[in-house]
Amino acid sequence: MKQPNIRAYPGLRPLSILFFLWLYLPIAVVVVYSFNDNRLVSVWTGFSTKWYAAALANEALMSALEISVMVAVIATLCATLIALLAAIVLTRATDLRFRRVSETVVNLPLLLPEIVLAVAVLILFSQIGLTNGLLKLVLAHTAFCTPFAFLPIRARLQGMSLDFEEAARDLYAAPFTAFRLVTLPMILPGVFAGAMTAFVMSMDDFITSNLLNSGGATTLPVYIFSLIRQGTTPELNAISTLLIAASLLLATLVLILNVRAMRRG
Amino acid sequence: MSKAFRFWGLVPAWALMILTLIVPILIVAGVSVAERGAYGGFNWAFDLSSYRQILYTVGWTDELEFDPKYVLIIGRTLLFAGGATLISLLLALPVAYYISQQSSRLKTILLYLVTLPFWVSMIVRVYAWLIILGNDGLLERIYRIFGGADISGFLFTPGAMITGMVYSYIPLMILPVYASVEKIDPALIEASHDLYGGRWTALKRVILPLAAPGLTAGSILVFVPCLGTVLEPMLLGGGKQLMMGTLIQTQFGGARNWPFGAAIAMVLLILVVLTLLLNARRAGRQMEATL
Amino acid sequence: MSRSSAIEVVNVSKNFGDYTALDHVDFKIFQNEFFTLLGPSGCGKTTLLRMIAGFETPSSGTLLLNGQEIAQMPAHKRRVNTVFQNYALFPHMTLSQNIAFGLKNLGWDKARITARVGQMLEMVHMEQFAQRKPDQLSGGQRQRIALARALAAEPEVLLLDEPLSALDLKLRQAMRDELRALQRDTGITFVFVTHDQEEALDMSDRIAVMGKGRVQQIGSPKEIYEDPTNRFVADFIGDTNFLEGEVILLDGAKATIRTALGAEITTTHQGLTGPGPATMSIRPEKIGVGDQAEGVVLTGTVRARNYMGGFTHYTVQIGEQTLRLSRRNAHSHQDSLEIGAAVQVGFRESDARVLGQ
Repeated sequence: MKQPNIRAYPGLRPLSILFFLWLYLPIAVVVVYSFNDNRLVSVWTGFSTKWYAAALANEALMSALEISVMVAVIATLCATLIALLAAIVLTRATDLRFRRVSETVVNLPLLLPEIVLAVAVLILFSQIGLTNGLLKLVLAHTAFCTPFAFLPIRARLQGMSLDFEEAARDLYAAPFTAFRLVTLPMILPGVFAGAMTAFVMSMDDFITSNLLNSGGATTLPVYIFSLIRQGTTPELNAISTLLIAASLLLATLVLILNVRAMRRG
Repeated sequence: MSKAFRFWGLVPAWALMILTLIVPILIVAGVSVAERGAYGGFNWAFDLSSYRQILYTVGWTDELEFDPKYVLIIGRTLLFAGGATLISLLLALPVAYYISQQSSRLKTILLYLVTLPFWVSMIVRVYAWLIILGNDGLLERIYRIFGGADISGFLFTPGAMITGMVYSYIPLMILPVYASVEKIDPALIEASHDLYGGRWTALKRVILPLAAPGLTAGSILVFVPCLGTVLEPMLLGGGKQLMMGTLIQTQFGGARNWPFGAAIAMVLLILVVLTLLLNARRAGRQMEATL
Repeated sequence: MSRSSAIEVVNVSKNFGDYTALDHVDFKIFQNEFFTLLGPSGCGKTTLLRMIAGFETPSSGTLLLNGQEIAQMPAHKRRVNTVFQNYALFPHMTLSQNIAFGLKNLGWDKARITARVGQMLEMVHMEQFAQRKPDQLSGGQRQRIALARALAAEPEVLLLDEPLSALDLKLRQAMRDELRALQRDTGITFVFVTHDQEEALDMSDRIAVMGKGRVQQIGSPKEIYEDPTNRFVADFIGDTNFLEGEVILLDGAKATIRTALGAEITTTHQGLTGPGPATMSIRPEKIGVGDQAEGVVLTGTVRARNYMGGFTHYTVQIGEQTLRLSRRNAHSHQDSLEIGAAVQVGFRESDARVLGQ
């Protein structure tokens, strides 16, 4: 007689399968309907790629994309650099005062509700008279992207044995040389993962970008929101599908980096 | 590491957070007790009317009348966020436990599948539910195919909002729950059976207590963003079911009552900080209990 | 004989908060010797090694490397190299690049580096692996590359931090011989840290036995085993019987002690200043049984027997005192002594040691 697996519980498997179906149903719906020939979103009449052509020809969409990418690239670079510096000090400095407080401060944007932070920077910018829409977005995005860059980098630094840095110093490498030739190459997967996460968070952001939205600084999610307000259209589905594809691509890249890093470490 | 680097390495992070976070939040606190400007904005004059407005309206003869409108919104926010958290928890525990039992290869794949939707833009994910739940949407059509009455009105309901919230934040629940469930030594479950406990005893006395830290962490991670959520009430609630996030948003948009928006933001911030402190105290007690 | 010292540890103490890792440690390591720091974990041996390498600074006292003070010199400026416990080979570099790393930092020119890397790979018989990455190597191969990397720049002293502990038993014995040969061939001073007494006894010219943050004894392997200067060393190195007793006569290097065995034993003592309570130590293999009993012969009863293959350990009770002894199983069907049997045991007085409290 086969012993029943005591760790298994009845119904777990069907429940989990249902869960994953539910998790992917909405995404699948958007993707499928983006190829719908009909102008009405939910009435299927045939296969067509015309909505993709329409989306790519949409100038407002393209300029929103441009703004989003520009903001995301700059914010990612700044956030990653700031996070990298902070992570090095917080993981490598001995008897550092304010270590706990500093870690909390770096992670603060993750802990507090985004709408409050968005309101806060909105009032700040209006008080100091900052009117450049792009600059406002870059500053706000850099702030909330920093913890997303910080966490993977810190994890990587913590996972790396101190032996390697000591070996480098033992072999006559001055501190910065040791960092450049040993530490940085070894934590690079973490830095990439962090930067990628920060980039996606910036690209995806709606709450802050919407509140700071002002002349000439409409990001992609904010533009999509304005389209949704006008009603669901197949073109919207096409745009969403392109966005989904881009997100999944980046997510997969990060996953591969993580898995490879795990195998090595 | 040189003293100079130890200092200058942290300066950019501190400067960024002080300038874009700490100082601005202090300003919000200030604005919440400022006077509303005649044409939007505010004047720096001490005025508690924004907080008074949460509870009372000023009647025709300047008397204060209790008005539950905003208390209701705060209550609804707590209720919906709590409901979404509870549903996420009930879903996450079996799913996380199921994932933890798979081969390491399948585990990686399933965890990847859990996190993947989180990478998809929030607005796209909420929009997808709009298509499914909307008027003449997928759900209504399926309902009609199976002979249901010609109904409509899935959208703009609490159910739609909570579905959207659970969908948006459930990966934040599954990951910590999985992390704690995965660490449970199978021998502990075997020991529980060896000591004459059945499946449900093992669940109640072994798995749940050991998964508790993950369940707590996951609940916080879902509850906090749900409190401040904006997109779900706006798109799936249709503006009929206001939550604090949307209320704040409208004060800085169309309504242009900055001091009142700031006051609501402060209430939201306090609720979140209380939640986080509650967790810290519980975690502390847990530590003491294990020591 | 006066030999010049490679390293002088001058009255070094190290505190981590309230914890004292090193307590006024003071000794010299000579040029070209294989010197071992031996002790249980937490005895301070690793702290001392890391201090010589430059990863820790002494709380007080100082260190000299070939007469030059180095206590405050950063690690990358010291002509000292380390073989790490887990080797710490850089995973993102090939073996050649690993070996060349230190040479590049020292500013050697390319041609000289290439030649030296080739020479080092040859020395450890790894020429064909030059372009591999560390994760493609076995434990023993990594060990060799770590050695090659550390020796490439011809350091004044080579530090080895339990380098054999990550290897399996068979490989460990082979690597002991290789390390010893390498030290003789290169003539570089080796400072070897281990908690494995057998390793230390086998390989070292001199051993410093460390315990509780102090150096307990320094000497050749034989001195440390045969003439331990205190109870800690006698207990940590090898196996021994301790018998509490009373010294009744002290005559120069000899002491006469009375223990529960009954007989009065006169033998070499360490660290006694006058009559009084003391401990006698006698190692199990120095006690004969049956027809091998000689010297001070006593009668007792076998209480326990542990068959170990090459040896059998017996516990014999003599009056109130028990003695552990080991008998070599010289023949395959040697009779073993039964539990409860009455036996004669004996040892030479000169094999016992009297140690101060």
